[in-house]
Amino acid sequence: MEPNLATSIGPIQLDRPVMLASGILGISLDVFNRLYRSGAGAVVTKSLSTEPWEGYPNPTIFSVKGGGWINAVGLSNPGAENFSKMIEPNKDVPIVVSLVGSVPEDFEKMIKQFENCKVTAYELNLSCPHVAKVGLEVGDDPELVKKIVSTVKNSTNVPVIAKVGLGTTHYLNTVGTAIESGIDAITAINTVRSMAIDVETQRPILSNKFGGLSGTPIKPIALRCVYEISSKYDIPIIGCGGISTWEDAVEFFLAGASSVQLGSAIGDNWIDVFNEINTGILRYMEKKNYSKIKEMVGLAKKS
Amino acid sequence: MQRNHNHTTIVTVEKVIDETPTVRTLVFSDEIMSNVLPGQFAMVWIPGINELPMSVMISDETGKAAFTVRKHGAASTGLFNVKIGEQIGIRGPYGNSFDLKEGKLLLVGGGTGLVPMMRLLTHVKPTDDVTVLIGAKSKDEVFFEDLANRLLANNPHKVIVSTDDGSYGEKGFVTDLVEKHVDQTKFDGVYVCGPEIMMFKTVQSAHSRGIFVQASLERMMKCGVGICGSCCVGEDLVCKDGTVFDGQHLSQNKEFGKYHRNKAGILENY
Repeated sequence: MEPNLATSIGPIQLDRPVMLASGILGISLDVFNRLYRSGAGAVVTKSLSTEPWEGYPNPTIFSVKGGGWINAVGLSNPGAENFSKMIEPNKDVPIVVSLVGSVPEDFEKMIKQFENCKVTAYELNLSCPHVAKVGLEVGDDPELVKKIVSTVKNSTNVPVIAKVGLGTTHYLNTVGTAIESGIDAITAINTVRSMAIDVETQRPILSNKFGGLSGTPIKPIALRCVYEISSKYDIPIIGCGGISTWEDAVEFFLAGASSVQLGSAIGDNWIDVFNEINTGILRYMEKKNYSKIKEMVGLAKKS
Repeated sequence: MQRNHNHTTIVTVEKVIDETPTVRTLVFSDEIMSNVLPGQFAMVWIPGINELPMSVMISDETGKAAFTVRKHGAASTGLFNVKIGEQIGIRGPYGNSFDLKEGKLLLVGGGTGLVPMMRLLTHVKPTDDVTVLIGAKSKDEVFFEDLANRLLANNPHKVIVSTDDGSYGEKGFVTDLVEKHVDQTKFDGVYVCGPEIMMFKTVQSAHSRGIFVQASLERMMKCGVGICGSCCVGEDLVCKDGTVFDGQHLSQNKEFGKYHRNKAGILENY
């Protein structure tokens, strides 16, 4: 049988397994269409908040010598309401709407604003490492995670994903809490809290001082997390963190992910990276005689 | 070791030239920036203040480059106020460049949009017949007129200034001059950089007459490398797909000349 790139992440069906990660590009529907035409299986929006956010002043991104990026964009976004109007005409592109908030009511309110949009899934950002009162600060609070996930699950029939990261609460516990509260899938991981200092001017480079490390340096960490989650829980996983080649994507499948997300690779290889990875995965499947992605999901755990 | 263009390099401002009361040129030494292509830009870090995209200005001296900045918001005012001996960080160059035709060329610039036009003038062939149109609001905001004449000393050329209030050169908008010139002359290439409405009208004037035209666009940028998405114009990203776009392509873009995005990514009218 001819290999097929289609994959399912629990109730979420995608034609192709590589998604655009949240926070990347993602503020115009025209760009979403272009990414989809370029091979992305779905696009995850910037994390949307109840009100528009400008984010932090520049510098908001730093290229690390030795690889990777540190960013503290600060979750800039046009707000859920403006954004929902922008994507309302969308019919073709699978859009995963990423949401960020401090209390369950924030999420409930935003989900209502997307009632007239085609939304493939919601991804709850429980892991942004550089904005106060949201992201990791929420993900680190098990009671809050429980309330937010249950509230969101009660407000919509659309599948809901929790994006977890490395905070002060062990991420495996956060995943467990989200599963108990009814989550449909997990994205792991977010960027890792970090910083950069300029030795000439002797000051932190990012305006926010701290940011999130992404790109190739965090890939082995993200891979380990996916492997651990899939070993401990029976939950569909989306791997995220430093994926830039088809081998990276396949590694995540073998560790237990049904799909992957990428972002930083776009800064290095631009959007051709989606088709390059898709082609590489197909060749690998031909060589290994797989017809479906799911045939390789989690295989590394057998050995 | 070869420099990675994404890594910030610290340079010292060696000279500051007052072009107008609100526009300054800051000169620094950097071999790579001295050789960038017209239309390319650098992300410029003013330590403790901000980082912003800047077209890279030419310098008379080899191995040097410059930034010509108009004080406007917090970031550009921060750069404007940098003194001789102070340090700034630069990364890049980023972006593409103009497709320079041969023969009769028309260059149109307004304000600091003249920066890539001046660099483009260093790439014209001695046989090219070059017309430069400079638009400004009033006499005290005119700059780079002498520089343009000097760079074109060995070419058949004209440098024409227009001011909105008529206090210097021809009275009126530079786009009216563009319309007049493309009506009279079948140019081989038209190049424009400046306020978006100026670029929009110039592109229309040239493209509607079948004349090859390119514009170097400006947008608010955070990353400069195609990650943050702040600089999108429709489906185009100014940092990665531009800054230079063909008139043919721009005439299909729904946002060019009409909208830009604010820091939150919300569309605002020009």
